[in-house]
Order: sequence, then C-alpha cells, then structure tokens
Amino acid sequence: MQEQHHIKLPEGSIEKSTTTLNLGPTHPATHGVFQNILELDGERIVSAEQTIGYIHRAFEKIAERRPLYQITPLTDRLNYCSSPINNMGWHLTCEKLLNVKTPKRVDYLRIIIMELARISDHLVCNSVVGVDSGAYTGFLYVMQYRELIYEIYEEVCGSRLTTNMGRIGGFERNFSNAAFEKLDRFLAEYPDVLKEFENLFNRNRIFMDRTMGTGGIGPERALNYGFTGPNLRAAGVDYDVRIHTPYSSYEDFDFNIPVGKTGDNYDRFLVRNQEMWESLKIIEQAYRKVKAFKGAEAEVFHADAPEYFLPPKDDVYTKMEALIWHFKIVMGEIEIPPGEVYQSVEGANGELGFYFISDGGRAPYRLHFRRPCFVYYQAYSELTKGSMLSDAVLTMSSLNLIAGEMDA
Amino acid sequence: MSLTNQTVKERLQKHFEGQLGSFEEPYGMLSFEAPKELNLKIMQFLYDDEELRFQFLTDLTAVHYPHQPGRELAIVYHLHNLTDNLRIRFKVYTDIQKPDIFTATQLFSAANWMERETYDFFGVNFIGHPNLKRILNVDEMDYFPLRKEYPLEDQTRTDKDDEMFGRG
Repeated sequence: MQEQHHIKLPEGSIEKSTTTLNLGPTHPATHGVFQNILELDGERIVSAEQTIGYIHRAFEKIAERRPLYQITPLTDRLNYCSSPINNMGWHLTCEKLLNVKTPKRVDYLRIIIMELARISDHLVCNSVVGVDSGAYTGFLYVMQYRELIYEIYEEVCGSRLTTNMGRIGGFERNFSNAAFEKLDRFLAEYPDVLKEFENLFNRNRIFMDRTMGTGGIGPERALNYGFTGPNLRAAGVDYDVRIHTPYSSYEDFDFNIPVGKTGDNYDRFLVRNQEMWESLKIIEQAYRKVKAFKGAEAEVFHADAPEYFLPPKDDVYTKMEALIWHFKIVMGEIEIPPGEVYQSVEGANGELGFYFISDGGRAPYRLHFRRPCFVYYQAYSELTKGSMLSDAVLTMSSLNLIAGEMDA
Repeated sequence: MSLTNQTVKERLQKHFEGQLGSFEEPYGMLSFEAPKELNLKIMQFLYDDEELRFQFLTDLTAVHYPHQPGRELAIVYHLHNLTDNLRIRFKVYTDIQKPDIFTATQLFSAANWMERETYDFFGVNFIGHPNLKRILNVDEMDYFPLRKEYPLEDQTRTDKDDEMFGRG
C-alpha cells in the first residue's frame, strides 16, 4: 500500500541544519511593526532579512496635494516619539524656501521644545533597552517625566503625541505661564531622576554584560551605512547637525557632543544618556535667554509673515485685511515661490532631512523626507550576524528604530 | 583647509572637461547636472579625491518631470563632506522608457535601500544592484506610485455626492 503523506514539507527542509524564524511583524520584543526573517544556527543568527513597509502611508505623495501647513501633521507621524522636532524641521524648511526670518525669542522657544523632545525620545529608547534586558523598573520610573514633557507640549499646543506644533514663522500662541511653571518643575526634578536612572544601569553588571560587545559597528562602516545621530556618535564620529549646520540659533549655545568608541549597544546607551544631560544644559541656557527679553520683545512668538501666519482670531472678525489672509491661508491659496531646498535638523535618532522642490502653486512639486532610521536599519543584518537571538532583540531597541519614520 | 563651492566646481570642471552643466547654488548648496553614464564616475571621483572627500551619502531620490521628453526622471544625489562640512547635490536625468542607472551600492552601503525605495516609487532600474525589489509597497504592485500620472484625488472636484459624505 502506498504511504500517505498529509504534511507536505518544502524540499530539503529536514536535511537543513539551520532554522528559519519569523520575528515579527507583530512581536512583543520588536516595539513596532518590524519583520525579520532570521536564519538561526542553534541560537546564533546566520543571517537576517528585514521586511519593512507595513505602515507605509504615502506621505510623500499626499504632500504633493497639500498646502504647507497641512503637511505639518504628516511630519508628526514620522518619528512620533519626538514629533515637535519633525514639526520644527518642516517649518524651518518652509522658512528657508520662503525667506522668513524668525526672531531670536522664537528660536530659543523652539530650542526648548526641541530639546525636551530629544529628552523624551532618548528616555523612551534607553528605558526600553532596559526593559529588553530585563529591567522594567527604570522604564516605569522615567515615564512620569515623559508625561511631564507631554504636559508641557499640551500647554504649548494643546496636544501630546502627534503635536502639530508651531506655524511657519513661530508658534500659534505665546507660551502660557503654566507651561513655564511645568518647565521649572521639570528642570528642578529631572536631574535627580536621570542620575538615579543612570545609577540603575550604567555600572550594573548584568546590564553591562548584556550590552557590551553586542551590536557593535566601527566608524567607517557606520559612515558608509549612512548612520547619523547618537548611533553614529556611539561609533566615535562627532557629527551633529546642530554643530555642523546650525539652525534655529543653535550657534548661541554652549554644549558638548558626547561620543562613544565601540558603537555597541552599551555605547549607544551611554551616548543617549549623556545627550540628555547636554539637552538639559541647552534648555537651561535657552530658558535664561528667553527670560532676559524685556518689554515688547518678551511677547514675540512669531515672525512677521502675514502670508503664512494665521492672524489672531479677534482681528479676523473685525479687520478686513486679517480676514482676507485668514481665508487665503486656510484655503491654501497662497502661492509658494519656485525653488529647491534641502534642510536638515538633528532629529532624536539622526539627521532628519527635508528635500523640498516647489514649482510655484499651492503645494510642493516633490517632497522627500530623509528619514534617519530608514537609512541605518539596513545595517541590522550586519550588526546581528553571528550574535545571539536575544542580543539581536536588544540591538533592535538600542538602534532607536521607529516604524512610523522608517515607512513614511 | 576650508573647502568652498568654487573649488569643488573648478575641480569637477577640470576633471570632467565640460561634460557637467547647470552649476547653480540655490540656497547656498552647490548643485549641478551630469550625463547619466557618468553618475558613478563622479561619485567615485568625489569620494577618492584627497581634497574633495565627499564620503557620506546623505540622500538619494528621484523626481518625475512628465513634460520633459527624454529626460523625465531626475535622480538626485546629496553628498556630504563631513571633514570640511560641505554639502553638494547633483542630478542625472534619464528617459522614462529606459530608466537605467548605475548603482552606487559598491561605493555606499547606504545606497542599497535608498535605491530600492527609488525603484519602488519611480521605477528607476539600478544596474548592478544586489537586491533590487520593492521595499515599502507590496510586491504585487504593478505601477510606480510617485510618478505624476497617478494623481491624488482632486480636492476641488464637484461631482461627489455630498450626501454620501455627511455634508448634504
């Protein structure tokens, strides 16, 4: 009698000495929609192939039909752990194209918000590295202070995660007293928290053993792979957009660029922690500068750009001119001048670039986002080759990959 | 020490003897246009030259210009010299019927996914790419969505039945 085969296995699958494992797209250890098809020899990774694009939303296409201020909410959804940086990067791009000069006070307020965003992003990334290596406490503890940062956003723009903060030329309204009070509280309490967070991890034997020597990359390879941000600095290259091409008056501030040496998970962790200290320094300086403005200057929160900045509501109801501008801006009837511009900002995980081509008309002709983690995630298979599966999970979280940014 | 746009321009013109054109400096960034056969030679020259050292590929993307017969697709490279902190941009144009361009993956590992993305959205065929397949869109897609012949819905259209959208 002929033998019956009910299960059909692919040819060669029994003889094969390695295991194929599908890690993701939804997996508790991936913190986002990432799929990796791993080839495992025991617990060692032979090769990893990434599949991305699960949450692709065609932002670049959508942007070709939208007036400028409607593109800001799209940028929120790139790196949603630090949306204000994306918003301001986009506004800086528009301001460069439209030749809008922002007052110093606006620049400093922006810097306060951008550095807060950087802290909240690094906080999430570093505490999640802790979670993945088995230390949940740090994560729960520092979440309170991310919450406080979100409350500051809320006071400034009304929303928390996808902020849609600011306008071309500045902010939609001045910072309230409550915002400054919360900022005071943050500056007073946060250093102790960060110190405690560092005490928990930096010299922790278990954490050091888990992270040192895993997921490392040298400076040459990192540059060749287009690494930017903390991941590149952990490999020992001191490239930071805030220093190299200062925007929003970063040249007025005194801060250091922490660099690592080995580019492994431990160095990435340390670089991020150190950057949080530097961000705190920047916020303190910016806050002092903001407080130093006197008289009418202390009330400035946007540039004089009536074509792009919505007029105050009172004026819209009572003044002809304001009503016209309001209508034209809201309907997207403002003609953008033709031009081609590349503007980048130091996002929380690397150089976030906007390549904007305008041919006149109401919307961009082409808008391309240079998303840092899209560029450096391709190094993942090289970073994890030969390492253990559990280290690969840690490497993924310490690269600070944000699916929303990668898939645009 | 400090490298300027002018130096880069002169070096390039001297080395490539009039094959490059449209030198401009929009918003301070040197940008120029090159024949598409030369894209790799230019990048290699910019990479290897001891003075120029453009060894960081910041960005690679494409733009579709449907009204330029024979040069519908522009592939745009942004390079960065990190030592002297100078950025440049150059473009190569190609026919949309035969969008073949040499790949930069041998020079920059970063170009791998950037080129896959450009292929995915514009259909640019990068010759020599190790793994040229779609990256963000589904594999079954049979068109290139960022080309201009696929317009998004016109928001000013009037033929929609407003009642169906709760606006009646």
